[in-house]
Amino acid sequence: MSQLIESKLDPKNAVLSEVCKAGNPWIAEVKKGQIFRILDLEGNQAVDTLFYCAADPEERYSAVDTIARQGKLYLTTGSVLYSSEGNPMLTIVADTCGRHDTLGGACAAESNTVRYSLDKRPMHSCRDNFMHALNHCDCATHRQMSKRDITANINFFMNVPVTAEGGLSFADGISGAGKYVEMRAEMDVVVLISNCPQLNNPCNAYNPTPVQLLVWNA
Amino acid sequence: MAEQTKFLWEELVPGGTHWSGLIRRGTALRLTDTEGGANLSALFYNTEDKLERYNMPDTLKAQHTAFLTKGNVCYSDMGRVMCSIIEDSVGWHDTICGITDSAMIEAKYGKTAFQTHRNAMYRNGKDGLLIELAKYGLGKRDLVANVNFFSKVIPDEAGNLSFVTGHSKAGNYVDVRFDMNVLLVLSAAPHPLESKTTYQPATVKLSAWHAGLAEADDVCRNACEQNQRGFINTERYYL
Repeated sequence: MSQLIESKLDPKNAVLSEVCKAGNPWIAEVKKGQIFRILDLEGNQAVDTLFYCAADPEERYSAVDTIARQGKLYLTTGSVLYSSEGNPMLTIVADTCGRHDTLGGACAAESNTVRYSLDKRPMHSCRDNFMHALNHCDCATHRQMSKRDITANINFFMNVPVTAEGGLSFADGISGAGKYVEMRAEMDVVVLISNCPQLNNPCNAYNPTPVQLLVWNA
Repeated sequence: MAEQTKFLWEELVPGGTHWSGLIRRGTALRLTDTEGGANLSALFYNTEDKLERYNMPDTLKAQHTAFLTKGNVCYSDMGRVMCSIIEDSVGWHDTICGITDSAMIEAKYGKTAFQTHRNAMYRNGKDGLLIELAKYGLGKRDLVANVNFFSKVIPDEAGNLSFVTGHSKAGNYVDVRFDMNVLLVLSAAPHPLESKTTYQPATVKLSAWHAGLAEADDVCRNACEQNQRGFINTERYYL
């Protein structure tokens, strides 16, 4: 496990501080140089997150570039979040959780039918949150973003260990109430979050909870 | 099985080059590493609705695996089985490392150009896939995490990745049955973590035959209960 790095930033000085309720989407812009923190308020909440270059969302977070360019599966302090053009989008500068996933993707009505049972289709999902945000948020609609723009995301606070034999599991969470991850934007980015509403997976104790989003100026 | 069947067609994808085509439901492709050490990057799109495409995270988490081999299927983002690995003499195919781009290839292998090297120029995976995607009206926004057939990358406990050199041998093959009508897009450029420092991507042979649809006792359908449901989703789509 990586070394846990705490932040020196004071929430009192944040220029943005919002709570995203359990199961809801959230979208915002973070400017180059600003620090963006995601705070797990109650513990073991998966925060499904995508990033887009604000100037041109065709350039977006790329899980496979982030993995291959650093030769590492998990994200923590020091990890660079790379774009589909190979550019650093954000750098994780503090992390009191220690490990975040970028292989597990987002839950969807369709994948829930495969993973759990065919009758789970009506349940709320991250994919539905992403679709909703794309339809309702000005910063997405004026860029004409669509399902084409929804790709493999980061699951902050999720623990998805892979063994040398290639096994992959959704292990018990290693996050807890008050843990956070903080990143510096290396370009102007749009952040698209689904605060995961999954009720079929024991990794969040079947209990989605709120998270807090904070932004500090450089 | 395939050995007794006459192939419908065979085609070579020379190392570094790219290919695309429509593969009908019930057709299988044998992908053969003709030289050893091949890498074949692949993407899959539903020909009737190209917004439906291969989804790496859904594929991995449904089957609780970080790689692909016999018994595994490739899921679309719509919960359907797009294709299935029905035979495999390689044992591990990567799907978490993506592709090379032109800057990576030039930094690792040096600069080449068509003017000086003609078709021996060093091609990269990203531009190869994008060239093929553009033939169908698709582009960068449609470029998603791909499969890298023949390549193996393993993590240690901390998640540090190592490329396994010499994983695929000359003559190794993987049989992929297509369970939907699929636009198949391929690049035979090197894997991004390839350990060789000279540009020598291997040629891959494609051999097509009529495999038919997945039967009740199919190895991929019965690999896990998730796949049983995935095949139901695919079958309902074609009713």
